[in-house]
Amino acid sequence: MSVAGASAGSPLLAVRNLTKLFGTFAACNGIDLDIRPGEIHALLGENGAGKSTLVKMLFGVLAPTAGDILWQGAPVSIASPGAARRLGIGMVFQHFSLFEALTVAENIALSLPPGISLARVAEEAARLSHAYGLPLDPKAHVADLSVGERQRIEIVRALLQNPQLIILDEPTSVLTPQEADRLFETLAKLKGEGRSVLYISHRLEEVQRICDRATVLRHGKVSGACDPRKETPASLARMMVGSDVAAVSADGTSTKGDVLLEARDLSAAARTPFAVSLKGVSLKVHGGEVLAIAGVAGNGQGELFDALSGEYPVSKAEGVLIRNRPVGTLGITARRLIGAGFVPEERHGHAAVPGMSLSDNLVLARSQSDRKAFLGGGALGIIKSAAVRMAARRISAAMDVRKSGEDPPAGSLSGGNLQKFIVGRELDRQPAVLVVNQPTWGVDAGAASRIRQALVDLAKSGSAVLVISQDLDEIFEVATEIAVISEGRLSDVYPARDMTREKIGLLMGGMHGEAKVPEAAHAH
Amino acid sequence: MRIELERRPRASALYAVLSPFIALILTVIAGGVMFWLLGKDPVSALYSFFVEPLLDVWSLHEIAIKAAPLILIGVGLSVCYRSNNWNIGAEGQFIMGAIAGSIVPVVFHEWHSPLVLPLMLVFGMIGGALYAAIPAFLKANMNTNEILSSLMLVYIAQLFLDWMVRGPWRSPEAYNFPVTRDFAPEAVLPEILASGRTNLGFVFAIVAAVLIWFMMRYTLKGFEITVLGQSERAGRFAGFSSRRMIWFSMLLSGALAGLAGISEVSGNINKLQPIISPGYGFTAIIVAFLGRLNPLGIIAAGLFLALTYVGGEAVQLTLSVSDKVTRVFQGLLLFFVLSCDTLILYRIRLVFPGRAVPAAHGGAE
Repeated sequence: MSVAGASAGSPLLAVRNLTKLFGTFAACNGIDLDIRPGEIHALLGENGAGKSTLVKMLFGVLAPTAGDILWQGAPVSIASPGAARRLGIGMVFQHFSLFEALTVAENIALSLPPGISLARVAEEAARLSHAYGLPLDPKAHVADLSVGERQRIEIVRALLQNPQLIILDEPTSVLTPQEADRLFETLAKLKGEGRSVLYISHRLEEVQRICDRATVLRHGKVSGACDPRKETPASLARMMVGSDVAAVSADGTSTKGDVLLEARDLSAAARTPFAVSLKGVSLKVHGGEVLAIAGVAGNGQGELFDALSGEYPVSKAEGVLIRNRPVGTLGITARRLIGAGFVPEERHGHAAVPGMSLSDNLVLARSQSDRKAFLGGGALGIIKSAAVRMAARRISAAMDVRKSGEDPPAGSLSGGNLQKFIVGRELDRQPAVLVVNQPTWGVDAGAASRIRQALVDLAKSGSAVLVISQDLDEIFEVATEIAVISEGRLSDVYPARDMTREKIGLLMGGMHGEAKVPEAAHAH
Repeated sequence: MRIELERRPRASALYAVLSPFIALILTVIAGGVMFWLLGKDPVSALYSFFVEPLLDVWSLHEIAIKAAPLILIGVGLSVCYRSNNWNIGAEGQFIMGAIAGSIVPVVFHEWHSPLVLPLMLVFGMIGGALYAAIPAFLKANMNTNEILSSLMLVYIAQLFLDWMVRGPWRSPEAYNFPVTRDFAPEAVLPEILASGRTNLGFVFAIVAAVLIWFMMRYTLKGFEITVLGQSERAGRFAGFSSRRMIWFSMLLSGALAGLAGISEVSGNINKLQPIISPGYGFTAIIVAFLGRLNPLGIIAAGLFLALTYVGGEAVQLTLSVSDKVTRVFQGLLLFFVLSCDTLILYRIRLVFPGRAVPAAHGGAE
């Protein structure tokens, strides 16, 4: 297909009155949208606003209930992702579908029609990645690559189909500031070639920075269309959530209490060839403090969480201390009983079982800490479902969890609402220590602000909070102290007011004197 | 052309309930075709296979006797399968339970006491559990695939039984036949009804099914089993140990298979012989899935599969077809159950290479 297919001014893709019903629930309700050739168009909205449903219809994953999709002025029905690709639509999903054990070139070849030699794929991928400023080694194994590099594979994969329209779903949620800047350069290049980009995000600053126009969705309807550069972050946020988003207020006098969470020279060997080992991590979190740990994905954050939570205990009891008790060798249940709460990064299949109801997912985290309230029948351990359901209702109300029905499966909630429930599940028992990994990853602005405020409030009430995050905005919003993790080592802890983005960026490069985020981690 | 399975956006709740019944109907139809191909009248063959056994008190008792081991083993397996532990070796655990339980009446045949029977049952459960402990140990400590190890142990158990009854345990009074001595009356499971041979084993099966149903439905242990089966990582987060679950589920299902084994030998055969099971341990896998891994469903499924055994014997006699007919029916049933379950979650899509872009046809060119 040629780039000159549509004359300037007439939209490349137009959506008219597009509607998708799930039962009687309208996920998308009469959506109108125009994407012009050569523009970067932002699609804004809270989680659950209908962004994903809309995009899935454009990419042929879901069939619309009503309405039209016009491609270069002609109505089309997009029956499958393959059909969308042939039409000239490429998509980069938020969650990558890559095989870790295969190389970059092999992963790309898998998405192409069979019969193309691997050497040609590698050559073409290398050419594209060079042309668009997406450095990639086709022979590198995916398992060795950073999240940013994995995303580049997905982008190159989409570009190989020579698309007119590229859809990017929350692309910067996993990137460092430096990586994000690089992505924006690539997008500018694509735009310069006359290609269009549909850019889904709820980071308002970057939407204002790179997008030409924006369409805002709320409750399945278009709630506004604007030039983001003429708006303020506050006015965009208002269009998204229908009211002003509360700014997280971290001020106020939080008094420093005793040390409640401590790691002393905590080390743990890597469990798999692709994992990172922890090397002598030491930290202290006092009551009233929020210690935020910044870092690029894949530098030991998950491993640090596993060691602190006790999902994978370490060999040295003194490695982790909760309320001055050495618990390094104890499991997660014992640590909960001392008064700690934990929120892992992955919602589906780690913090929650998607197929189980919310109340079952409440039992998941609190069956032992709330044994008296939730279990009866002595040794039989009969679950008191009425008490559990009541507690789940209390948590949903406290955190404003929006759900369909009284006790729906966790998997049916949007990311933001499920995350609010998962965080609320721990806050509900007022933990003395809370360890949270990526508290607002893939969560909409309204829910993120609510979760961050809750973390700040918990610290103010005297608890010690440790937040592991890749989101620097978030870190500066909530932290009283900041440290940086890099290749399994933790930097010194600095007061948040003494930290700048630049300083964090330098620390992310590690303590080996490198002044940059390590590029091409596969080059051992 | 290529055939692909494509995940459905949402599975139909109605068909999820209907699936076992659709599988049953398809099995009956396929069975009818099979009888027709064998040159028999399909209607009368199916009648004597599926209906006649239900009209006769003697065969109703036979059904209960054969359902008992199927249900006992099936509910144990359902706990394994729900927790993602694939014990395929219940047949071996059944045999080892039977052998261990027979120690008392065979070796200590001169000891007469009301304790004999309870002791046999306990030994039977221990024997089955210990035999299941082998694949459990291998999986928990060496990450060995339990499907292979438990299955291969079946053949060892079968040959061990064969050697026992031909060698050390052969009865001195049986004219060199490979059997043990007959069990004394106090080593025989009592019958529970005046009208026929149904023994206490059937009660064990129903009680075990109800207890395990209660455990799965209401207790934290059942919750733990379900969580670990759906997501090991979430289970670890909850503080559950998948290693302990390997032990728990394998030992429980082994003990129930062992109880089924000693009940069968004590209540039905009254001695050990080279073959003590027509494949109960394998058929119970079908029972577990046909019953949707739900203990109450497994009771119904166990009764139905027992009917295929009794019906198979009936058509063997009346139509003189091969005794393999029963196995064919059971195979068909498992095939249809699994394919119905698959088609609830997936749909079949035919992919033609080089097909034109469907989107292009929608245009108003």
